[in-house]
Amino acid sequence: MAFLVVDGLTQRYGSVTALADFSLHVERGEFISLLGPSGCGKTTTLQALAGFVQPSAGRIVLDGRDITGLPPEKRGLGIVFQSYALFPHLTVAGNVAFGLEMRGLPRAEREGRVARMLELVHLSELAGRYPRELSGGQRQRVAIARALVIEPPVLLLDEPLSNLDAKLRETMQFELRRIQRKLGTTTLMVTHDQAEALSISDRVVVMDGGRIQQVDAPHRLYEQPASRFVGSFVGKTNWLQGTARGGAVELAGGLRLPLVNDDGAGDGAVAAEGSTVSLVLRPEKLRLQPPGQGRLPARVAERFFLGSQWLYRVESALGALEVACANDGRAPWPEQAEVALDWADDVARRLPAEGQA
Amino acid sequence: MNRSRAAPYALSAPALLLFALMVLLPLALTALLSFQQFSYESGVQGGFTLAAYAAVLGDGFYWEVFGRTGWVALLATLICIAIGTPEAYILSRMRPPWRSAFLLVILAPLLVSVVVRAFGWSLVLGPAGFVNQFFEAIGIGRVRMLYTPIAVVVALVHVMLPFMVIPVWTSLQKLDPMVENAALSLGASRFTVLRRVVLPQVLPGLLSGALIVFALSASALAIPGLLGGRRLKMVATLIYDEYLHELNWPLGAAIALALLAVNLAVMLGTQALIEGHYRKRLGA
Repeated sequence: MAFLVVDGLTQRYGSVTALADFSLHVERGEFISLLGPSGCGKTTTLQALAGFVQPSAGRIVLDGRDITGLPPEKRGLGIVFQSYALFPHLTVAGNVAFGLEMRGLPRAEREGRVARMLELVHLSELAGRYPRELSGGQRQRVAIARALVIEPPVLLLDEPLSNLDAKLRETMQFELRRIQRKLGTTTLMVTHDQAEALSISDRVVVMDGGRIQQVDAPHRLYEQPASRFVGSFVGKTNWLQGTARGGAVELAGGLRLPLVNDDGAGDGAVAAEGSTVSLVLRPEKLRLQPPGQGRLPARVAERFFLGSQWLYRVESALGALEVACANDGRAPWPEQAEVALDWADDVARRLPAEGQA
Repeated sequence: MNRSRAAPYALSAPALLLFALMVLLPLALTALLSFQQFSYESGVQGGFTLAAYAAVLGDGFYWEVFGRTGWVALLATLICIAIGTPEAYILSRMRPPWRSAFLLVILAPLLVSVVVRAFGWSLVLGPAGFVNQFFEAIGIGRVRMLYTPIAVVVALVHVMLPFMVIPVWTSLQKLDPMVENAALSLGASRFTVLRRVVLPQVLPGLLSGALIVFALSASALAIPGLLGGRRLKMVATLIYDEYLHELNWPLGAAIALALLAVNLAVMLGTQALIEGHYRKRLGA
């Protein structure tokens, strides 16, 4: 049995179902992200795990023990809140020591553990400061230290990085992962930032409308989205519509693509002959060539400079497509340029039939 | 440059003028009055004497009245803290339609004339009043409450409660509700959360509420006058008597200034002692 088992968790508020039948098995030491737009039920899930809301149905089993009915103070989970929720009247050390004090640890042991934890988050020099004297990133690290010092079986993070500026957020992502790896704490993080979820998680749970849409490792989630929602929410996507014919997909304009699934094996047998097939084609998998060289003639409609990339919007027989090209020093294509689109045979991924909305 | 520096003074001039006219001037006149001579034959005379102050400090009667006023105000303040703080906490947890309804209930005493309110309490606490009927019914027997400090404290608490609830409520609203959840998640019981997390954060509000309640209670006139009766003197009623019955204005002025001094000392002392400590921590 998995370390943390969530089974059929459902949360209803009156006639509104905020969370429907959420089931997830988490292994010890895993870093899981709950990803989705606001109102998708990810925060409700976290609140139910923390014990702040009592689920309408379902079970939460932690290490073989059913904790569904336990109040938050009996669960012993570490929680990092979006607002950090530090105690403003206590120093950094006082904040971190609070949980240990509640456990009745003797002062000497408490101080030792607080000092070690502050060292881990690089805050030793600021132990005597009050929260209002700290920067956002420092508060964030106090919140993490406070949650981890009690050595919780599970760490819950509620949008932990959303209040930080972009640069700091990136640093803290790696910091968070470093601390989590070092301590091996099983972690669930709620986020609406797909880049954050992809970069630091072992697995990502994509949610929408109170339901799980897909649970997968970050790269699989990206390469093989299970539904149109996941494909659109995670990364940029070109959607192609075609018809299955003889183990291949026939696109508009007579272009044919072989049907493959995510491990590259032929998948033609799965799609019924003549059925409509949706394909995901990521912008960075497309290449722009001089006219006449690629698979499909196209024209650059607009281009955007993103620093590491150029993003082109091109018009072709397949409709408007987005193409991302690395900013590798070659001269970019100007707007209105006639070009040709090219891609490797196996880069277009078919959505599962049930995902075709 | 010059203009922009003068602007703040110009803008605050009306308020300063009003303050000087309405507070400082009467206060200065009272202070002057307290040093003037008085005799029952000829009334208030000019000149300079410390006779009024000597009378206040030298007579045990005045000490007794000041002492009584002090403990009545202190008791009213403590009861207001005990009732008002939980009340503010509950109020802050209420949902919108109920919250405004109950806020109105708390503010209601301020909407009723002090005379009406005092006579209302004398009906409730009087010998044949509602409370005594209840006491007799459960076998305690009749208790004398009207014209005792009990009635004064009860009525003071009733009217002072809003001054306690509002500042505490205001500081409660500045709290991040997640902070309580954070404490719970760290293993604190509900009671520990209140004691260790909520209370320290509302302490500045609680303190300002307590100071307001104490100052207003110590200088209350109508409630001790109407519910304390003729014989149970408090400082404000004493001042009233000196001015209007004895016509000994210098003595009345001296007592008034002594009350002001005591009130100021209590306020500044408490503020310096505790609030400075928390101000530093909370930066509020």
